[in-house]
Amino acid sequence: MSGILVVLEQQEGRVRRVSLEACATAVRLGQGAVSALAFGPGAEGLAEAVGSQGVEQLLVLSASPFDRYSSDAFAHAVVQVVRQTEPSLVLFGATAFGKDLAPRVSGLLMAGLASDVTAIEADGDDVLITRPVYAGKAFQRVRIAGTPKLVSLRPNVQPAGAGGGAPARVSVPTVDVPAPRAVVTGTERSGEQLELTEASRIVSGGRGMKAPENFRLLDELAAVLGAAVGSSRPVADEGWVPHSYHVGQTGKVVSPDLYVAVGISGAIQHVAGISNSKCIVAINNDPDAPIFKVANYGIVGDLFQVVPALTAALKAHLDAS
Amino acid sequence: MKIAVLVKQVPDTATRIQLAADGSGIETANIKWVLNPYDEFAIEEALKLRDQHTGEVVLMSFGPARVEEAIRQGLAMGADRAVWISDEGVADVDYLGRAQILVAALQQESDWDLVLVGKQAVDDDAAQTGPLVAALLDWPQAMVVLGLAVDAAGRRITATRELEGATETVELPMPAVLGAQRGLNVPRYPTLPNIMKAKRKEVRHTHAAELGLDAAELTAGRRVRVEGYQLPPPRPEPKVLTGDPAEAAATLVKLLHDEAQIL
Ligand SMILES: Cc1cc2nc3c(=O)[nH]c(=O)nc-3n(C[C@H](O)[C@H](O)[C@H](O)COP(=O)(O)OP(=O)(O)OC[C@H]3O[C@@H](n4cnc5c(N)ncnc54)[C@H](O)[C@@H]3O)c2cc1C
Ligand SMILES: Nc1ncnc2c1ncn2[C@@H]1O[C@H](COP(=O)(O)O)[C@@H](O)[C@H]1O
Repeated sequence: MSGILVVLEQQEGRVRRVSLEACATAVRLGQGAVSALAFGPGAEGLAEAVGSQGVEQLLVLSASPFDRYSSDAFAHAVVQVVRQTEPSLVLFGATAFGKDLAPRVSGLLMAGLASDVTAIEADGDDVLITRPVYAGKAFQRVRIAGTPKLVSLRPNVQPAGAGGGAPARVSVPTVDVPAPRAVVTGTERSGEQLELTEASRIVSGGRGMKAPENFRLLDELAAVLGAAVGSSRPVADEGWVPHSYHVGQTGKVVSPDLYVAVGISGAIQHVAGISNSKCIVAINNDPDAPIFKVANYGIVGDLFQVVPALTAALKAHLDAS
Repeated sequence: MKIAVLVKQVPDTATRIQLAADGSGIETANIKWVLNPYDEFAIEEALKLRDQHTGEVVLMSFGPARVEEAIRQGLAMGADRAVWISDEGVADVDYLGRAQILVAALQQESDWDLVLVGKQAVDDDAAQTGPLVAALLDWPQAMVVLGLAVDAAGRRITATRELEGATETVELPMPAVLGAQRGLNVPRYPTLPNIMKAKRKEVRHTHAAELGLDAAELTAGRRVRVEGYQLPPPRPEPKVLTGDPAEAAATLVKLLHDEAQIL
């Protein structure tokens, strides 16, 4: 048992960023050769992208039934590839795909899985793992006994490599899986909105926004910043924004470089979901709002004046640089 | 339709998490325990399906004696009966061990059509139990479900699940494991008469030995081992700007550029 296997996620012929982060993490751990497994049509085309992260071998399963996702068929395939290649560690992204697949693989292999991991370090042949619990109100340090060890990595936490390596060597493993039972029959994109859990900048609005149409102010700020738009829970519950915007302990837990909280009081459930952000900016007209306790920077003022002013100041800054 | 809903009791989301003095766990002294919020969506969906297709809804919970309170809450929502699997000797199992225990409890009975779980428990945030149970039972699964339709014959499911910036439709046969996401439904509140009725509903107690499991083996064989806990590092003292909005905004942009180096 040696080496690391990364289970890749591709989207329309491109490796998702979280998978590049996983490849770079695997290489950084320095525990043997890194292979990657890719599913779906065009999977062999990912050799360059993963090679640039230091992956040596790309295993591809592009033909039917791997042309569309099925948790049961994909899990059986991962299990068979693991049995053939005997990695000591298998990395997934903690995305909808990875969160669905990794625990199913864990159950089939009876191998331990640490999910949504934010830090992983080599310790000889072993790995030391840190993962948030209670939506980030605390962190657990865990070890996994036995092999292979399974880990899903939270997106946007580990750096991806600089690139430059040679394309990975492509091979096609032989797997024999039972007919898929849970089959994806359609996918619907919900607009052009950037995904919050993967965004490096987020502008979020709360009840202080007063009405759904005022989210336009945040859209304008987000456009200048290249940010995704999020919200507190009551605002999503009111239907001002889609449910997918809701950030916090019972919504999305995010870890951007910059989180701008606008008209959000900073309730404990909201703060839990953003505490991993590198920099938090709060805009609120109440100087005693709890959000200021977790913010790096704050502006006390009326958001209907501050947000347009901030959008203008950012535009001026970008134009000047 | 015979539906099991796996329910977990967790600290209320308003809880300020503090560590036990030796860092081995969290301080549980003054915690208010509640039904995991996602499990309420799972129970509600099970009740709706039962009401459409007839049948029964059985709650199952693994944990210490306090979990009976969460079980009673689910019974007060309208579930028919419950199984409580106590944790003496196996309090320290990992996710796989916990799933093995829940699966053994499910296998004490037959004829299940569905097992519903929450998409994740808001304490360990593992999001593992649903797929683990599905894998151990060799049933298909759909997790993070936002919408659900069962065909008239009660044999096939069409589920909508949430992805990043998208939703997908999954079709699967029953029996299956489904994981409930917020948005699937609006859980009903227990009414007073139903709270009274719930007190008389059956909560059957079982434990590892009765399920044919060896507690010592399950504990010793755990693969994911928690070595300790820590709190997030304290956040730095905030710089709060007041006064003219345009000036404050310009100062903030400068700070984000020069000091935070984010722009
Ligand atoms: C089980 C449970 C789970 C929960 N999970 C979540 C979760 O995951 N995420 C979440 O967000 N919440 C969650 N909540 C709700 C949470 O407790 C708070 O109620 C919620 O976060 C408050 O939202 P808010 O900050 O938008 O609204 P409010 O608390 O009403 O705050 C509005 C803020 O806007 C400011 N404001 C008003 N007008 C202006 C103005 N003109 N200019 C500037 N500022 C202004 C006010 O000063 C105030 O601070 C949960 C609650 C429960 C019970
Ligand atoms: N101890 C338990 N007893 C019963 N159900 C559980 C237990 N732990 C987890 N579950 C179920 O599995 C879901 C996901 O939990 P987790 O895998 O811990 O995130 C929960 O929402 C419950 O439905």
